[in-house]
Amino acid sequence: MTAAFDEMFGEAGAAIEGALPRKAYAALDKWMKAAPPEFFDARRRQAELFFRRIGITFAVYGEAESHERLIPFDIVPRIISGKEWKTIEAGLTQRAAVLNAFLADVYGPGECVKAGIIPAELVYGNAGYRVEMTRVRPPHDIFVHILGADLVRVGEDKFYVLEDNARTPSGVSYMLENREVMMRLFPELFARHRVAPVETYPDSLLATLRSVTPYASDQDPTAVVLTPGPYNSAFYEHSFLADKMGVELVEGSDLFVQDARVFMRTTEGPRRVDVIYRRVDDDFLDPLTFKPESALGVPGLMAAYEAGTVTIVNAVGAGVADDKAVYTYMPELVKFYTGQDAILPNVPTWRCREPDALAYVLDHLPELVVKEVNGSGGYGMLVGPTASKSEIDVFAHKLRKDPQGFIAQPTLALSTCPTFTEKGLAPRHVDLRPFVLTGADKVRVTPGGLTRVALTEGSLVVNSSQGGGTKDTWVLDE
Amino acid sequence: MRIRIDHETRYHYDAPVRAVSQILRLTPRPHDGQHIVHWRVDVDVDGRLRETEDAFGNIVHRLAADGPLETMTLTVTGEVETTDTVGVITGLPEPLAPQVFLRDTPLTEPNAALCAFARDTVRGTDDRLEQLHRLLSALHAEVTYDTRSTTSATSAIDAFTQKHGICQDLSHIFIACARHIGIPARYVSGHLARSDGVIEQEASHAWAEALVPGLGWVGFDVTHDACPGERHVRIACGFDYLSAAPVRGSRIGGGAERLSVRLAVAQQPMMQRQSTGFAQNQSRQIQR
Amino acid sequence: MLSRTADSLYWLARYVERADFLARILEAAMRMASLPAGDGAAGAEWDSAIAISDQREAFTAAYGAADEQSVRRFLAFDHANPSSIRNCLAAARNNARAVRTALTSEVWESVNDAWNQFNALDEKGMDMQAFARFIEWTKSAARAFDGAVHRTQLRNDGHAFLRLGAAIERADNTARILDVKYHLLLPASEPVGGGLDYFQWSTILREVSALTAYRWVYRESIKPWLVADLLILNRQMPRSLASCSADIAGQLDQLGQAYGRRGPAQRAATATLGRLTSLRIEQIFQSGLHEFVVGFIDENARLSNAIAEQYLL
Repeated sequence: MTAAFDEMFGEAGAAIEGALPRKAYAALDKWMKAAPPEFFDARRRQAELFFRRIGITFAVYGEAESHERLIPFDIVPRIISGKEWKTIEAGLTQRAAVLNAFLADVYGPGECVKAGIIPAELVYGNAGYRVEMTRVRPPHDIFVHILGADLVRVGEDKFYVLEDNARTPSGVSYMLENREVMMRLFPELFARHRVAPVETYPDSLLATLRSVTPYASDQDPTAVVLTPGPYNSAFYEHSFLADKMGVELVEGSDLFVQDARVFMRTTEGPRRVDVIYRRVDDDFLDPLTFKPESALGVPGLMAAYEAGTVTIVNAVGAGVADDKAVYTYMPELVKFYTGQDAILPNVPTWRCREPDALAYVLDHLPELVVKEVNGSGGYGMLVGPTASKSEIDVFAHKLRKDPQGFIAQPTLALSTCPTFTEKGLAPRHVDLRPFVLTGADKVRVTPGGLTRVALTEGSLVVNSSQGGGTKDTWVLDE
Repeated sequence: MRIRIDHETRYHYDAPVRAVSQILRLTPRPHDGQHIVHWRVDVDVDGRLRETEDAFGNIVHRLAADGPLETMTLTVTGEVETTDTVGVITGLPEPLAPQVFLRDTPLTEPNAALCAFARDTVRGTDDRLEQLHRLLSALHAEVTYDTRSTTSATSAIDAFTQKHGICQDLSHIFIACARHIGIPARYVSGHLARSDGVIEQEASHAWAEALVPGLGWVGFDVTHDACPGERHVRIACGFDYLSAAPVRGSRIGGGAERLSVRLAVAQQPMMQRQSTGFAQNQSRQIQR
Repeated sequence: MLSRTADSLYWLARYVERADFLARILEAAMRMASLPAGDGAAGAEWDSAIAISDQREAFTAAYGAADEQSVRRFLAFDHANPSSIRNCLAAARNNARAVRTALTSEVWESVNDAWNQFNALDEKGMDMQAFARFIEWTKSAARAFDGAVHRTQLRNDGHAFLRLGAAIERADNTARILDVKYHLLLPASEPVGGGLDYFQWSTILREVSALTAYRWVYRESIKPWLVADLLILNRQMPRSLASCSADIAGQLDQLGQAYGRRGPAQRAATATLGRLTSLRIEQIFQSGLHEFVVGFIDENARLSNAIAEQYLL
């Protein structure tokens, strides 16, 4: 693996003594060099205190609920220049439009399949493809109102889309809290930089939700956030967003359906609900249609959805679009729906379902990252270069048994960003999850996003469930 | 053949129910081998019963009843005129791409043993129809029909492992095998007019349909080692038992629920309507 | 406001109030137990604590006889007793967590801190003194919650549901004490000057923190019917049934006004308050103190159901 691109020091990497910072980092670099080392230690402790106080916790899968853990926060910001951001923004806008076009297509005429762009069984045989949606036309034909795309950077002008999160992307609360804490800790830094604001996200989200109300004439639609409840690992984010938007945070039992309309139970009697920002998976939304034992959902919700009286955000069945196997066809789909090339390319990917690709992957496992098509959160993946011989053998066996279930990608030299470690500042690999809001009125891309950082030296796994941390992300307003 | 169906499902709730919401798949759709003479779904409580369709093209009723209810009875009566099409189903709307019927569901997902069984059974032929007929006979011989060993939540894997099951399990296993060898397959719920003249039945029937190139959807009734003919009344289809379930519901309040089901399937020219001495069923017919 | 939110606020306040009440019961029992044993009453104070909690069956099944150790465990720490101080604090915290955004951070922290501090306790190595400190701590945790609500919580419908929960629970608790100890207050048990009676009456007053209040209000030595008067009818006494009823009716009036609609809960609360306002203690004794108390507990439970039906479900 070649030296990774460094966000602060560029192609040369971070290793070289006395390297000059890239332009966007010049002011930060100067300021950091001027500050005494104790200063940062104190601020880091302060930051941790802030977060503990705010109570951001993240219940890690497989650990007891009471085991609430803090996601580590690194105080060195990740900075993106205005020019870089323009490209990213255009690429994300294109991506969101194509995902929406793809979903409207596969639940409608199926043109992309008929044209041979993507295999039929990959779309229709996909567990994320919800047949019920063939009878639902989501208001305004928007399926993915909230897109969280995972981007990685491998060079000065080289951003790749690693993954599309078209179901219920999370992490936006960290983006907002990180900024809040940074502004409290380093007001002087913000005075030296023109950092584009992210604080408008809750307003943008609310505007997006209100714009997609099923009744266009409704001037005052009621939106709610639907959560699985306090025991969900992302409950904090659900309540945070509801609070910031000033809408009710509801659980399934707070809602009921009567005459194909959704109501919430309030102390003043039933109240109509028009837009549901749900943080509950498809499977649990309506026990009459999906998993029958689910207590998290609303019986009859799909009937209301079918009748067109409620908007569900993101739409039911959007999962077929962020499937890792479908992902590999995104460049072709972008071309098919827009006639243009993807502004943000995919990571080169081998589809193990194709025999040639499978043979190549099996031969090169130690160099590749292999992912389960249906996995998420960094579970069920093989990182070749850091895996042991026996781990590779186990994975090879899995691959041969179920090639459809996997894709493989080269081990990317993810860009690094200076990060405080036990031994002082050191480069650590980062990715970026920006958030794109698609409303009936317009598309809103929040400048920035959540930068996740792999805190272990050399590690490429940035997921918080696997020991990743976060950084504030600055987009410079130039 | 003219077949009459009388189907009554009675719910008893230990405590009064505040509200009931159900989706009923109890109404047959006409196709080239099945003409609906008349059909009626009734419920004995105040509420709304609205007819619509689901994604598979089944006729469904959405029931919403407000409590307090201590009992509720669903009554289905109807007559159907059938002709033998040797299992081939034509004349149905097919709203979905056939590839959706390739996916696994928890009830129809195969394990290594099932996959091996499917592959071994069809070895030596590429003809899809032949493969399916081999699976039909092999499974009929392999798995014993037995009403006591499984429940409505039993998966294909579990039923295949214990080599016992009822029509639902046999159909799940057949579907798992067919999908494994790349043939779209689906679950069908329906009724069977018995050839021995017995009218009262414990539960409704189920079989499978698989997509055969050139023929379209063809039925396979593993329980009887045959393709469905004029004695079969086809009601609804889906990925598996759950998505084609006759009744799916939820309720608020009510404590425990007890069910009693009376089902009579009678061949009409030979016998007039019978209305006494129905059998009781405690569990299989309807699940939440 | 979501019905579930109102429900959580209501029960949050009820559980905090109940934890405080349990602490008072335990405190009073400890005080009684520290008297020189006489009149064959040894152990009776612990038994009476169980009686007040109304969980004798569960207690007997788990512990058998009531003594200091078993009652302390059962009422304060038992995981299996749904109304132990432990479970009250846990339930309060769970309810608070579910409606965190409806609470000020001060209120949330008062509940969360109480739960965290409780978990840091070493209940095994707790001697009498440490237990007494724990009782004081429980009471102060409840006061911290009340104070946070009073000082920071918006005076909106959410506040009304918190107050309602506390008042309903408090009325129930006071009535439970009366239910178990009514015989001590009957004229037949009027003192022959025995020290034990005096202590028992004063214990009742301690259980509702009213020993000093009694003297302020009546300026007399402790007389059983005046104790009953204080606990049932005296509007100055914050734990009296009349006082709680006035609080309940007042909160329900505010809700009725805010929502523009009155319902069965308002009618029931107004009726109860009206009766308590016109009654005199002599009338209650005449028609039977015990019958009155049992009737009130029922009425209070029905009122709680009416509130649930009207607002919380």
